[in-house]
Amino acid sequence: MLKEVFIDHYIYLALTLFCIGVLGVLIRRNAIVLFMSIELMLNSVNLLLVAFSSRMGDAAGQIFVFFIMTVAAAEVAVGLAIIVMLYRNTRSIDIGDANKLKW
Amino acid sequence: MNTILALLILAPVVGFLINGLYGHKLSKNLSAVIGSTAILVSFICTMLLYKTVPETGSRIQFFNILSLEAFNLDAAFLIDHLSLMMMSIITGIGFLIHLYSAGYMHHDKGMSKFFAYLNLFIFSMLLLVAGSSYTLMFFGWEGVGLCSYLLIGFWFTNGEYANAAKKAFVMNRIGDLGFLMGMFLFLQNFGSLDYSVLKEGQLHISSGMATAITLLLFVGAMGKSAQLPLYTWLPDAMAGPTPVSALIHAATMVTAGIYMIVRSNALFVMSPFTMHFIATIGLATALFAGTIALFQNDIKKVLAYSTVSQLGFMFLGLGVGAFTSGMFHLMTHAFFKALLFLGAGSVIHAMSGEQNIAKMGGLRKQIPITFWTFTIGVFAIIGIPFTSGFVSKDEILNATYAFSPMYFYLAAIGAGLTIFYMLRLWYLTFFGNFRGTKEQQDHMHESPLNMTLPLMVLAVLSIVGGFIQLPELFHGHPYLNEYLSPVVKNLVAEHGTEGHEGFEWALFGGTIVVLIAMFAWTSNLFGKKESVSEKYSGFAGVLENKYYVDEIYNFLVVKPIEHISVLLSKIVDNKIVDGMVFITGKFVTWSGTTLRYIQNGQTGFYFLMMSIAIVVMLAYNLLFKL
Amino acid sequence: MLATYAFFFLAFIAIFFALLVVFSKNPIHSCLYLVLTMFAIAGNYVLLNAQFLAVVQLIVYAGAIMVLFLFTIMLLNLSSENEPVKSNLIKFIATIGGGSLLLVFVLALKKTDLGPAPLMFPNPNQQGMIQNLGKVLFSEYVFPFEVISILILISLMGAVVLGRKDKKVNPINE
Repeated sequence: MLKEVFIDHYIYLALTLFCIGVLGVLIRRNAIVLFMSIELMLNSVNLLLVAFSSRMGDAAGQIFVFFIMTVAAAEVAVGLAIIVMLYRNTRSIDIGDANKLKW
Repeated sequence: MNTILALLILAPVVGFLINGLYGHKLSKNLSAVIGSTAILVSFICTMLLYKTVPETGSRIQFFNILSLEAFNLDAAFLIDHLSLMMMSIITGIGFLIHLYSAGYMHHDKGMSKFFAYLNLFIFSMLLLVAGSSYTLMFFGWEGVGLCSYLLIGFWFTNGEYANAAKKAFVMNRIGDLGFLMGMFLFLQNFGSLDYSVLKEGQLHISSGMATAITLLLFVGAMGKSAQLPLYTWLPDAMAGPTPVSALIHAATMVTAGIYMIVRSNALFVMSPFTMHFIATIGLATALFAGTIALFQNDIKKVLAYSTVSQLGFMFLGLGVGAFTSGMFHLMTHAFFKALLFLGAGSVIHAMSGEQNIAKMGGLRKQIPITFWTFTIGVFAIIGIPFTSGFVSKDEILNATYAFSPMYFYLAAIGAGLTIFYMLRLWYLTFFGNFRGTKEQQDHMHESPLNMTLPLMVLAVLSIVGGFIQLPELFHGHPYLNEYLSPVVKNLVAEHGTEGHEGFEWALFGGTIVVLIAMFAWTSNLFGKKESVSEKYSGFAGVLENKYYVDEIYNFLVVKPIEHISVLLSKIVDNKIVDGMVFITGKFVTWSGTTLRYIQNGQTGFYFLMMSIAIVVMLAYNLLFKL
Repeated sequence: MLATYAFFFLAFIAIFFALLVVFSKNPIHSCLYLVLTMFAIAGNYVLLNAQFLAVVQLIVYAGAIMVLFLFTIMLLNLSSENEPVKSNLIKFIATIGGGSLLLVFVLALKKTDLGPAPLMFPNPNQQGMIQNLGKVLFSEYVFPFEVISILILISLMGAVVLGRKDKKVNPINE
């Protein structure tokens, strides 16, 4: 059992969360779950930024996380509105049905 | 002198620009006045130059056009006795023909266009003769070719005329290629294209190289001056309006080749082979065209072949070394052939556009001025003693005899042919009964003054033009030879004529005898003809069809090229070139239709692809880069 | 030492619930698991001495965003029954893809030299304090801050516009 925690551990944690997010996007068709997976990925990146910020003793990383959270909030607001519209029009939130822009 | 020269050269350009750019806004009369005035200004300037030009000529440089390490091109003009003589002929006869055109083209809609072309032609021709280098000469050479094309095809709505124009252009291009290559060789050998290098005894090249250059230059002359085998365009060029035929295809442009050879005489005398070749080609052309002219029924065609034949005589003169005699004949020919063409134009005008002499006859009463002036022209060309044609042709024949008696006899036959076909033309047109339609007879009228005046002036010139160089036999003095002597020397004249006095008398006597015989014979044959057959049989038929030269060229050159073109277009262009283009297009279409299935609208799929791409890129970096 | 155990515990919680987010059938369950993941991450922020962000994480993510998700799910009345399912082949390929991505990332990390790594705990840095962050945010990053506020405003309007019931729009599948 490891007795100490280094930056590596945080990187592995962030990577694992990120890949779980990717997996979620790949295997799920529910648009809302897809969205959640994306939030998961964003969070993993945030975690990494905070970890590096602490290690470097630089506040910029945390400021960035702050901004990312803001953007995520905006994105979720708009994205969920779009999903609602999608559902209203197609009676489905299957991402596979949203393929009208293909060619 | 600079100002005068600039005015001389630029006046036609101004006329061209005004008529060319604003012609549609000008009235017909104004167009004619502007066009003619421009040439009149040039003519007056030329006359003014006579006083100021020094004997050795003067090179007047305006500015430098192009300066390269190996090549220098100046906008410079060489004004000496030779170019001055040519300029006088061009502007003088040019002015008369402009004047004549004002009447002749009066019914035509494209009057301003016509005068614009004519002005441009005069400008190009002046550039050709006055330029001080082969480069400028070539500019003019191409310029007159262009104008010739434009004017032959002046009535371009007629497909046949347009084809004649194209034919002239293409034939000239063949010659131009030779001229260009000659120029390149010249440049390579002398490092400059300026005439200043052309000094006798200072040209240090081998005789083989001299032969090559001169032969190539002569090819250019063949094209421009309608010699065998490139002469066929000239008879077809009669499709253009008659003043054009008079100006371009009789008096000036076709003599460009002769001018070019005389200008480069220092080079040509270095190659006896070329000189011999020129003489042979000239003689062959003179005979060949002369025989064709015997049985032509189109008044302009007869004159056209006669022009080719006379040009042949000029080349014969040059070839035997009588450069000034060639120039002399050029000048007299310009007078009487312009006169004949303008007279023919007047006849055509009177006959409401009819050109076939088989349908004319007895015109001397209705159009007396035309008749008399035309008669003078005919007399001059057939060599009635002491007319200009007699003197100049006599000189060439003399020189030819000194060169080779056999050439002389053949040339004499050529001269005899001239007498025959010109008298035939004369008799058929002006004597006997009228063979045309009733309407033509009713419309018959003498041409207006602005058309007859040039005829009269040219008639006077045709008579007195020879007096500047009467043979010594008649106590004349070779003024022209002396005048041109700073530029060009007659090789034959140096021998003198003393030993040949008896021969000259014989020639004179022979001429008179032949003339009388011909008059009697032709007046008997054609004087009172009721009808003229349009078709001839036997050898005459061959002659009437111009030895089938056009057909032979068609078969030997045009058709094979056409076939090859069709072949190339069908196989190389349609299959290979188009094929490659189509394949490109088809590939794009195919790849588009195929790849669009990848664009399936499935977000998950896109994301998967993105992930795979990231994996691949990172893996590549890991394996090969880090 | 306690902090080390805390880290591993939080990491385990985060990964475990993240997996549940992805694999649970019911979207509402997914959403709740995601809230738990957020909590674990917020705990990590506390460990890293970034108290302000930890609080913001709880308020914004776990509080606001996830509640928005829940609202939407309930609004659309979704349940596991009408959850569309992808074929097993695609799931397999996707798993391979995600796995290889992780593998490549880890390999890349192994090859990277991160320098002498200091211990993360206890973190002596005080830059995660609200006072310090406020100073940086309102001096150095004041312009992006203002811009981001406009972004929020715009997204607010966008959400309203998109969510409005439009009479003219004809539903496609009806």
